[in-house]
Amino acid sequence: MISPLEARYHRRRVPLMWWTRRRSYTKFILRELSSVFVALFVVELLLLVRAVAHGPSAYQGYLDTMANPALIVLNVVALAFVLLHAVTFANLTPRAMVVRLRGHRVPSRVILAGVYFGWLVVTAFLAWLVVR
Amino acid sequence: MSASHDVVIVGAGGAGLRAAIAVSETDPRLSVAVVSKVYPMRSHTVSAEGGAAGAISAEDSLDEHAYDTISGGDWLCDQDAVESFVAEAPRELMRLEHWGCPWSREPDGHIAVRAFGGMKKKRTWFAADKTGFHLLHTLFQTSLKYPNITRYDEWYATRLLVDDGRVCGVVAIELMSGLIETITGRSVVIATGGGGRVFPFTTNAAIKTGDGMALAYRAGAPLKDMEFVQYHPTGLPFTGILITEAARAEGGWLLNKDGYRYLQDYDLGTPQPGPVLRSMELGPRDRLSQAFEHEVEKGRTIDSPYGPVVHLDLRHLGEKIIDAKLPMVRELCRDYERIDPVHDLVPVRPVVHYMMGGVHTDIDGATALPGLFAAGETACVSINGANRLGSNSLPECLVFGARAGRSAALHAADAPRPGPAVEKQGHDERRRLDNDLFRRDTGTDRISTIRKRMQTILEDAAGIYRDGDTLTKAADELRELRERAATAAVDDTSRRFNTERVAGLELTGMLELAECIVHSALRREESRGAHQRTDFPERDDNRFLAHSLVHREPDGSPRVSHLPVTITRWPPGKRVYGR
Amino acid sequence: MSDQITLRVARYRPEEEDGEPAFADYDVPLRQDWAVLDGLNYIKDELDGTLAYRWSCRMGICGSCGMMVNGEPKLTCATFLTDLAPGPVRIEPLDNFPVIRDLVVDLTDFMHKLGQVKPWLIRDEEKPVEEREYLQTPAELADFKQFSMCINCMLCYAACPVYGLDSNFVGPAAIALAHRYNLDSRDEGDRERLTILAQPEGVWDCTFVGECSAACPKGVDPAGAIQQAKLAAAQEAVKSLLLPWRSK
Repeated sequence: MISPLEARYHRRRVPLMWWTRRRSYTKFILRELSSVFVALFVVELLLLVRAVAHGPSAYQGYLDTMANPALIVLNVVALAFVLLHAVTFANLTPRAMVVRLRGHRVPSRVILAGVYFGWLVVTAFLAWLVVR
Repeated sequence: MSASHDVVIVGAGGAGLRAAIAVSETDPRLSVAVVSKVYPMRSHTVSAEGGAAGAISAEDSLDEHAYDTISGGDWLCDQDAVESFVAEAPRELMRLEHWGCPWSREPDGHIAVRAFGGMKKKRTWFAADKTGFHLLHTLFQTSLKYPNITRYDEWYATRLLVDDGRVCGVVAIELMSGLIETITGRSVVIATGGGGRVFPFTTNAAIKTGDGMALAYRAGAPLKDMEFVQYHPTGLPFTGILITEAARAEGGWLLNKDGYRYLQDYDLGTPQPGPVLRSMELGPRDRLSQAFEHEVEKGRTIDSPYGPVVHLDLRHLGEKIIDAKLPMVRELCRDYERIDPVHDLVPVRPVVHYMMGGVHTDIDGATALPGLFAAGETACVSINGANRLGSNSLPECLVFGARAGRSAALHAADAPRPGPAVEKQGHDERRRLDNDLFRRDTGTDRISTIRKRMQTILEDAAGIYRDGDTLTKAADELRELRERAATAAVDDTSRRFNTERVAGLELTGMLELAECIVHSALRREESRGAHQRTDFPERDDNRFLAHSLVHREPDGSPRVSHLPVTITRWPPGKRVYGR
Repeated sequence: MSDQITLRVARYRPEEEDGEPAFADYDVPLRQDWAVLDGLNYIKDELDGTLAYRWSCRMGICGSCGMMVNGEPKLTCATFLTDLAPGPVRIEPLDNFPVIRDLVVDLTDFMHKLGQVKPWLIRDEEKPVEEREYLQTPAELADFKQFSMCINCMLCYAACPVYGLDSNFVGPAAIALAHRYNLDSRDEGDRERLTILAQPEGVWDCTFVGECSAACPKGVDPAGAIQQAKLAAAQEAVKSLLLPWRSK
């Protein structure tokens, strides 16, 4: 129940386009939107696995579909967003993880370096698998 | 409309919150009202920086802390009160630690103590250089544990309720709505802080307008030692923002325009490269502020757009120490002076900081009015005498806040409930406030004009050095101002969050306090501690080893009398520093 | 550079005839040392005594004077007019809080949330004061020190879009304070607090926008505190799943 006093409060509604008001808000929304593209890649990966499971002609069909120019454009855009996703996620890690070694707090850039190094190692391994 | 409790506490700073907790621990069934014109975290305790003194190290002793305090106060301290204070201070500070206060530590995990002005041994506990902030937030957060404490945040108390000679509550305005209610109890504790805002340059926040002192004074409780106003030697020139004494305790130097450590000319010792306790920059605040005035007369200070200043030199401390021990000093200099104390000299000057005087209480926080108690800067017990030592006021809030709380709880347990007369007092006050509000839209003076004039008068007449003629003229002018203030214009006649109305009420209180300060100063014909008379330059223990008491006459003017100081084990001696 | 600057101040006076929210322009002197707060005080003292706002310490430690300055949440005592010249400078009440009047917002919700997270030292057994301090090394103090610096100015709540859209969210400062106690080596109440924080409107409402930490004038990094609290809450949830026989 609202008292007569509170009823005269001026309550400002958050506008629908609140995220355009500040650059940092817009960057945040883009970052969140990037998850959609991550999901897209996951779906494409699952479809790839299914195609491989169904034999060479299904696999070829998959490759032909993916060669469609519209899909290529989409995937380039999606790659950009996925990289955005990965980089922003990595950069936020030191804020969330406080690591202590021998009584001292490990500085953020060391944790960051560790995250990127780990990413590099995994990427190199996967690249080797594919190229082999 | 009325709210009914057992103990009403006005003020939610260090002393007020400590008192509230003390009542709750004495008897959790007592209902406590904490009435504050601001949210508790905004109380001025929050800006205290340097530390809180409590004798805990093996090389220290309670007697030494007592002696430093008494000599620092130029023997105007009540020694029985000081003895209780120094004994309880370490326990109170330890209690804060148990409640979570993040005191700075030695490498082995024990509480660290540092040097401070006027103290012969290191006994000042500190939480970096934000001691008051951490202390207040710890107290406030701990107070949230107690379900019997009801807070009245942003309620401004305008009058004490008195039934049958006993103080039994307050009338207060709820700022948010303009509602005026009585908040009754069987005892009242006033802990509203000092009134530095009667002066123009002060470290004090806007809220330090001495409201509680005025409430008690108007109800008939005498104020004590009002002429003793402390100037802190190092405030920033325009804003008056405090640069903590800890900067000097860590080794900072005060230099005049020739780069000379001028304090050596004023019987404060010889300059050593590092800090020496009770010497030079670690002398007592009154002597340091007086030295500044002499340097001004000699033309050896630096001119700034805001008047003469001297320089605080911290460069030799190095960045590491400044960031570890004085981070807030660095922030404040960067934000408000656009300089970096690691590389630059900091311009400073004495600014009003603390009122040694206040509502006269005994060592249990009881005032002359039954049912009324007071603690903290609002009260004058007196443990600070004619000059307070740095880092004694935070423990003062805790020790006497707790004592006043316990006394108020015990009183409330036996006192009768307030009678029907208080309802009428509430109605009368409501009518008075409403008339006052609506009558003023025809006033000619602006509140700010009267306030600024009062501040100028006080700075001229009741500054670091005073004389009889200036004080007499000031007394007359202040009386006139008090009359003008009653009809000063108020643009804002609304009820909801009317800060202008509150400013008008605060001003009338401040003018009464200003008169008390000037009259007490006029009647004290000697120089002692922070009260220096150019026409009476010597200390006179024969006539004035006594407190000044000031009572309010029916016509509103102050009447000064004197009350002997309690001396126990330390007969009056000479104050010696630097030797 | 002119020696005046215009302050465009949001006014709202519900008791007046034309009491709708509106902006009013005031010209104040552009002095070198003046903060926005000095400008507001000039308006109140000399131009228009009806302007209502909160302030106290004017040195950035009491947390009273938070307002929106040109759309950003700032402490008006620590924001300087010369940095905002030539103006006009738009001054509005803190976002995401209901406005009582002019630049004064209602803080009841925040005060309530502060109490909800149990921001006091919780121990299974307290020792008497005579037994002296709980030992705490400088390193242990450093663990939580940063999160104890919050002045309750609520700039973080004004900056947080989640709080703006859903006022049930406990919010940055309250969670950072809870986390401060959880990290304090003397405290034993982290499981009690994590139960409160692990609610949907606790840490899980936070999507790590990070604006709270950007707005914080004291470097508390509430966003970091919340993410750390999320990790702690998740670990706690796993532990209680795998080891259900733990007491309480």
